[in-house]
Amino acid sequence: MVERTSLSIRDLAVQFESEQGVVRALDGVSFDLQAGRTLGIVGESGCGKSVTARSILRLVDRPGRITGGRILLDPGTPAQADLVALNPDSRQMRAVRGGRIGLIFQEPMTALSVHYTVGNQIMEAVLQHSGASPQEARARAIELLREVGIPRPELRLDSYPFELSGGLRQRVGIAMALAGDPDIVIADEPTTALDVTTQAQILALLRGLQERKRIALMLITHDMGVIAEMADDVAVMYLGRIVGFAPVMELFKAPRHPYTRALLRAVPSILAAPRQRLSTIGGAVPHPGLRPTGCAFHPRCTEALEGRCAREAPPPIPPGQAGASCFLAEAVA
Amino acid sequence: MLIYLLRRLGLALVTCVFISVVAFVIIRLPPGDFVDAFIANLAASGSSVSAEQAEAMRRDYGLDQPVLIQYVRWVGRVLHGDFGVSMVWRRPVTEVIGDRLWLTMVVSLAALFLTWTIALPIGIYSAVRQYSLGDYFFTTLGFIGLAVPNFLLALILMYLGFRYLGLNVGGLFSAEYVQAPWSLARVWDLTKHLPLPAAVLALAGTAQLIRIMRANLLDELRKPYVVTARAKGLTERRAILKYPVRAALNPFASSIAYLFPYLVSGSIIVSLVLGLPTVGPLLLQALVAQDMFLAGAIVLLLGVMTVVGTLVSDLLLMWIDPRIRLEGGA
Repeated sequence: MVERTSLSIRDLAVQFESEQGVVRALDGVSFDLQAGRTLGIVGESGCGKSVTARSILRLVDRPGRITGGRILLDPGTPAQADLVALNPDSRQMRAVRGGRIGLIFQEPMTALSVHYTVGNQIMEAVLQHSGASPQEARARAIELLREVGIPRPELRLDSYPFELSGGLRQRVGIAMALAGDPDIVIADEPTTALDVTTQAQILALLRGLQERKRIALMLITHDMGVIAEMADDVAVMYLGRIVGFAPVMELFKAPRHPYTRALLRAVPSILAAPRQRLSTIGGAVPHPGLRPTGCAFHPRCTEALEGRCAREAPPPIPPGQAGASCFLAEAVA
Repeated sequence: MLIYLLRRLGLALVTCVFISVVAFVIIRLPPGDFVDAFIANLAASGSSVSAEQAEAMRRDYGLDQPVLIQYVRWVGRVLHGDFGVSMVWRRPVTEVIGDRLWLTMVVSLAALFLTWTIALPIGIYSAVRQYSLGDYFFTTLGFIGLAVPNFLLALILMYLGFRYLGLNVGGLFSAEYVQAPWSLARVWDLTKHLPLPAAVLALAGTAQLIRIMRANLLDELRKPYVVTARAKGLTERRAILKYPVRAALNPFASSIAYLFPYLVSGSIIVSLVLGLPTVGPLLLQALVAQDMFLAGAIVLLLGVMTVVGTLVSDLLLMWIDPRIRLEGGA
C-alpha cells in the first residue's frame, strides 16, 4: 500500500552552542512520515528524540538552532514547504503548529496550565486554527473530548487539569493536539508518565484516532513494548543519528545494528528464569559534546571491529530503506 | 469556599485582638508614663508642676487605674472610633492622624502604581530576553537601585530638582497651601509635588520587583505548558502573557499583605528627609514623646492593616489561582 508522504526530513542537523563547546544534538537525521502510518523512534535518553520533535515544530529553544537539512511538508506536491526556511515566529509556521502538526506531550500534568480550564485551553487551539465563533469552538471542544473518550465532556470542559486523573489529563492533551485538525501528530513519550493499564488505553485511543483520521504518527518512546504494539516502521536513534531503520516485524525478528540488538536484549522477559540478572548495555550514553570518533557506539559495542569502528564512521542509512548504519550490516548485505 | 472565607475572617479577628494587646503593651513598656515625660519636658524648659497637678493630670488621662481597666477602656473607645486625645498635640488622635493618613495613602499608592507599571514590563522583558544587552542594562540599574539608600536618593533628587529644574522640593504642598482648606488649587499643588516622593519611594521597590518578576518568570518559562502553548500555534507574545506570566504573578498577590501597612506608614526616613506630612514621622514623634494614645492608634492601625492586607491577598490568590479556590474549601 503506497501512502502519501506527509513529511520528509532530510539531513537534519541541530546544534547547541554553549561555553563548553558545540553539542551536535542532531547530526544528519533523515526519515519520512506517511499518512496513516506510525513511525516509532526509539533510543536512550539524550539521543535526540525530543529535539527531533521540537525541530519539526521549530520550537528548539536557544542556544539550540537548526544548522542544516530540510523539513519538507507535503513533499513532491505543489504545496511543498520547507519548514527550516520559515521564520519560527511567522504566521505560516504558526499555522503549521497545531494546524498541520499536533504535538502530544509526555507529562500531562505539567504540559497543561493549572490556571485555565480544560475547555479554555482546548478552545484556544480550536479558535487559533479556524474561524469558529466562541460557541462553535465550545461545541467543537466538547466533541473533541468525546472523541478521546472522556465521559461527560460537557462537565469536564469546565474542570481544571488538576481535578482530573493522569489518564484523563493525557486524553485532554490528545484532544488539544487534535483541536486544529492536524494530519501529522508527534507523540513524545505519551505514555511514560502513566500506569500500565492507562498506558494500554491511551495507546488504543491513539491507534483508533490514527486509523480514523489517516494521521501520520511519529511516536517517540524508549519502550520497546510500545513500539511492538504501535509502530509500522521503527527508527533507532543513537547520539543524534538514526543507526537502524526497519519495518517493525523485521526489527524484532532480525535486528541489524548491534545497538538495536542490545536494546532488545535489555527488554525484561517474563519467560526469563527467576533471579536471572537483567541484561543491560554496558557503559552510558556519552555526552553529546564528547562524541567518540568513528562509529559513536563503538566504545559500548560488543561486536566492534578492532581498529575500523574507532576510526571510520559507517555511512548513514538511505531514507526509507531498511538497514543499519554499521560495517557489520554492510558485510552481511 | 464559604467555609474557607469564614475561617479566614475569624482568624483575622482573633489576630486583631492580639494586635491590640501587643500595641497596648508596647506603649506601656518604657518606664514612667506620659505625665512623667511631660513633667521632665517642662523641667527642662525651666518650669515645674506640683505633685497635685501631676495627680490631676493622671486622673484626667485615666493613668491611675489598673492596667487591665486602662486597656479595656481604650479598646472600648477605639471601637467607637475614639482613639483618645494626643497628649502632645492636645487634640483628638483621629484629628491628628486624619489628613496625614489620606496623604500617606496618596503618596504610597502613587509610588506603588509607579513601581508596578515600571517593574512588571521590565521584569517580563528581562526574563524573556535573558542575558541580552537590555537584560544586563536593567539588571545593573536594578542592583544600583537596590544598593542606593532611599534617603540618599531623596537628597540627590531634591538637590537636582531644586538646582536645575527650579522645582519646589520638600513637603507635599507649597507654603501657601499647607494650612489651606481643600480646594482644586490645593489638589493641583499636591499633584505637582507628588512625582518626586513617589519616584524616590518607588525606586527600591521597583528594583526588587524586577528581580522577583524576572526570577519567577524564568522558572515558569521552562515549564512544558509554555511549549504546549507555542505548539498550538499561538504567537510568542500571547503564549507568554497568557500562561507563564499569569503563573509568575502568584507571588505578587501574596506580597500585597506587606504593602498594606506600608500604605499607612509610608517610609519614615524618606518622609523625614523630604518633609512629607505623612504618618511615619508622626509615629516617630509619638514614640519619642511617649504620646501613648497617638502611638497606640498608629501601631494598632499598622497591625490591623497587615491583617487586612493578608486577607486581601488571600482573596486575590483565590481569585487568580483555581487550585486554591477549588481545594481551599475542602
